[in-house]
Amino acid sequence: MISSELDIPQAVLGGNRLALARLITQIENGTPEGYDALRRLFSHTGKAHLVGITGAPGTGKSSLVNQLAHFYRNPTPGMTPARVGIVAVDPSSPFSGGAILGDRVRMRDLAGDPGVFIRSMASRGSLGGLAAATSGVVQALDAAGFDVILIETVGAGQAEVEIARLAHTTLVVEAPGLGDDIQAIKAGILEIADILVINKADRPGVENTERALRNMLQLAHPLRRDFLSPADAVHHTDLVHKAIPSPGDEPNIWSPPVLRTVATEGIGIQELHSSIQNHRKHLSESGEWQRREQSRMETELSMIVQERLMRRWRDGLPAGRYQSVLEAVYMRQISPWQAADRLITGDEP
Amino acid sequence: MVERKIRVIVAKPGLDGHDRGAKVVARALRDAGMEVIYTGLRQTPEMIAEAALQEDVDAVGLSILSGAHMALVPRVLELLRANGQQHVKVFIGGIIPDEDIPRLLESGVAGVYGPGTPTDTIIRDIRLSVSASNADAQ
Ligand SMILES: Nc1nc2c(ncn2[C@@H]2O[C@H](COP(=O)(O)OP(=O)(O)OP(=O)(O)O)[C@@H](O)[C@H]2O)c(=O)[nH]1
Ligand SMILES: [Mg+2]
Repeated sequence: MISSELDIPQAVLGGNRLALARLITQIENGTPEGYDALRRLFSHTGKAHLVGITGAPGTGKSSLVNQLAHFYRNPTPGMTPARVGIVAVDPSSPFSGGAILGDRVRMRDLAGDPGVFIRSMASRGSLGGLAAATSGVVQALDAAGFDVILIETVGAGQAEVEIARLAHTTLVVEAPGLGDDIQAIKAGILEIADILVINKADRPGVENTERALRNMLQLAHPLRRDFLSPADAVHHTDLVHKAIPSPGDEPNIWSPPVLRTVATEGIGIQELHSSIQNHRKHLSESGEWQRREQSRMETELSMIVQERLMRRWRDGLPAGRYQSVLEAVYMRQISPWQAADRLITGDEP
Repeated sequence: MVERKIRVIVAKPGLDGHDRGAKVVARALRDAGMEVIYTGLRQTPEMIAEAALQEDVDAVGLSILSGAHMALVPRVLELLRANGQQHVKVFIGGIIPDEDIPRLLESGVAGVYGPGTPTDTIIRDIRLSVSASNADAQ
């Protein structure tokens, strides 16, 4: 046990790994100590480059994270090694609430390196590919001084749009042979890609996969990306496509590169790394970095406010009120909209 | 506030072959509502202690079939202590000769389970020892 006198935020800033691990647990568990620590650490965040890695199960996300982190630690001569934080999210069982978190199995090459910190997280009922606490955990790693934070999503293969909200740079990982006409690849997931990676390029069918991806990309990729602010979003996963400028109009358009890798052998990793660095450069030069930060904070604030208001409102309801209104909906006496009116305004329309 | 989940590492130190038993235990713990960090085969004591620290686990389960337990287990315990993680409970599963069990328990291992131990027993023991150590910490 960490002795109770230890000032965790202070220790985290000083590089104490045990304190960092403990803080992450507090954040995951939503304890008052965790919120208090994040409050104190918040002004130390905002320096790290947040890189998301998403894609269908088994496409090689963890293997890529392993290789990328290894490259950040041991870059080409002349480059300074970056400190790398890793957050790997796996699904919680909807039945037991337990989870098997297996991403570390592929990250053996990082063992023993004090410049790397790997944390596995269970999704704990959250559906968007991350856990509700992931953003707080990322803030903790950021405050602890990790230069790059690699975030591996659950990998449902669906539009895991939350990662695109959280990360500065999102990699979407595909692999040959997963339904080769790419019916499997939904346009939604291409939309969030800043970089497309075809991993397992040693497998047959890689040309088909690449051709199909490039074709879809021409159609799917937004020329500009703005998240709807949650306040006006009908559905919080919608991306707005601004009036589409023709490519010549806007000097700073990023078109997502399609890269091939063999993560098990480290092939294509250097190129992937430079592509990530290019994207980072693009973000800062185009002002997009700022915009993404703002949009992320807006989402985060709005979610916190929603959650708090919801809780406060629930706490203020007379006992049994919610249940009785719900009952009326079950019985089809009133519609859910009427029910909401009743609950919120107290009227009985 | 979310309930506190028990987090456990299941690891297979040493060089012997398969991890079938470890996977069965991992699944049983998951089904009992625990978060299991599965680290796979051929883990060194250093890797296990480091993962235990980063993952802030309550318990470590080691599956050992090779007969190397008297070398591996004390080393894991020593590294956990050196990390400031003396509160982490260590459980051993696998083929452990009867005469070694008392020594392992004396050295600080929380439980030793031979082949065929019902997973319910392991789950119960982990829950008990983790809640006892949390109570101590209060
Ligand atoms: N042939 C080949 N196999 C690979 C490659 N990259 C990863 N694999 C293998 O693919 C399997 C899955 O790799 P992971 O890295 O665990 O994939 P993942 O996307 O993280 O999987 P989940 O987290 O379970 O969704 C493992 O057996 C890897 O060894 C590759 O480039 N080529
Ligand atoms: Mg993985």
